Amino acid sequence: MTAWLSPAEWEVIALSLRVSAVAMVATLPLAYALAWLLARRRFAGRVLLDAAVHLPLVVPPVVTGWILLIVLGPAGPVGAWLQTHFGIGFVFRWTGAAIAAAVMALPLMVRAMRLSIEAVDRRVVDAARTLGATRWRAFATVTLPLSMPGILAGAVLGFARSLGEFGATITFVSNIPGETQTLPLAIYSGLQVPGAEAAVTRLAIVSVVLSVGALMLSEWLIRRSGAGNSHVL
Amino acid sequence: MSFDVDIAFANGAAGAPTALRIASDAALIALTGPSGAGKTSALNCIAGLHRPIRGRIAIGDAVLFDGPAGIDLAPQRRRAGYVFQENRLFPHRRVSANLIYGEMLRDEGERWITRAEVVDFLGIGHLLDRWPATLSGGEAKRVAIGRALLSAPRFLLLDEPLAAIDPARRDEILTVIERIRDTLPVPILYVGHHPDEIARLTTVNVTMG
Repeated sequence: MTAWLSPAEWEVIALSLRVSAVAMVATLPLAYALAWLLARRRFAGRVLLDAAVHLPLVVPPVVTGWILLIVLGPAGPVGAWLQTHFGIGFVFRWTGAAIAAAVMALPLMVRAMRLSIEAVDRRVVDAARTLGATRWRAFATVTLPLSMPGILAGAVLGFARSLGEFGATITFVSNIPGETQTLPLAIYSGLQVPGAEAAVTRLAIVSVVLSVGALMLSEWLIRRSGAGNSHVL
Repeated sequence: MSFDVDIAFANGAAGAPTALRIASDAALIALTGPSGAGKTSALNCIAGLHRPIRGRIAIGDAVLFDGPAGIDLAPQRRRAGYVFQENRLFPHRRVSANLIYGEMLRDEGERWITRAEVVDFLGIGHLLDRWPATLSGGEAKRVAIGRALLSAPRFLLLDEPLAAIDPARRDEILTVIERIRDTLPVPILYVGHHPDEIARLTTVNVTMG
């Protein structure tokens, strides 16, 4: 296996996994909070927030990457501020790739979680309140566990989407081997030069295996979370 | 007074304000009326799930809601033993975990009945390891009553407890309710339909609508 893939290809895979994992874990709490807000609260600007969350799903990824560059780039309002005060920059960095992946994955994660939160019977949450639970405890003991399948599905979907991220990433952080060159970018680069067909094939196979693996893992997790009370799903 | 209620509340989305007055010391008070009269909304007001437009709700010496005085206790502080028409058991917890959910949230000093007593009283010992989805209507109702009793309630709200019960099993549940009325220290507000069951349970009947 080690010999089948070159060290450079291993580096690409490791970077991809790191970028996707960081993007998914960092987005999880935000995605769940947004999903809960959209599922349970009626407030001014709710439609606007819903649209904003879904924007990366419908806007060309290149445009999303360009917006990230405008906002978080060294000349952007947020990017310049972070650079001056904290010395943090994202452009040409793997952290920037993670941000691009997170933004692209967010709508998918929110959708999966929102559906599962909406499926939790509010009347059962009310029952918890009458039994002595504060709002927060009712959430933690009823809404959260009952929406767990959606959290798992959202996490895996987000991870798989991050693994495949291309347009926003290459626009925002470019295509730098060892720093921002994830699997899709490496495959794209391989296609630009003659003689890299074998490497492209190998990386493509790895991509498919990782994606299918993620999907199977999510199926398994969802089934396990419902073990013994499958009617919850 | 066990129940001292004088409120007006919105019944349904566009409903005109509905008034409810209860002032009685009876161990069990029946609340009757046609469907849509606001019986369940009234129970929700008393439990703190629905806010009355105005009025006052007191049970024993505990004031739960008082519009003019600005008192509006949160549901978790009202200590209502609310047995919902649809039971609303927690689907992800076994019967035993459903039973102790409320008990765990109350101070020891507030509790007045033990798990063993509740299990024995309701005859649900053989159900403790079951999931709620596997229970029959009568079994689920008894578990819902047990969960409410263990949450150290000041009073019970029973919303049509016979509605989803097999007619052959209704007598069983009615007997349980009679025993609660006669032996346990909680006043009961009982929403029901059938004149027979009301006549069997109480002489104090408040009619809505």
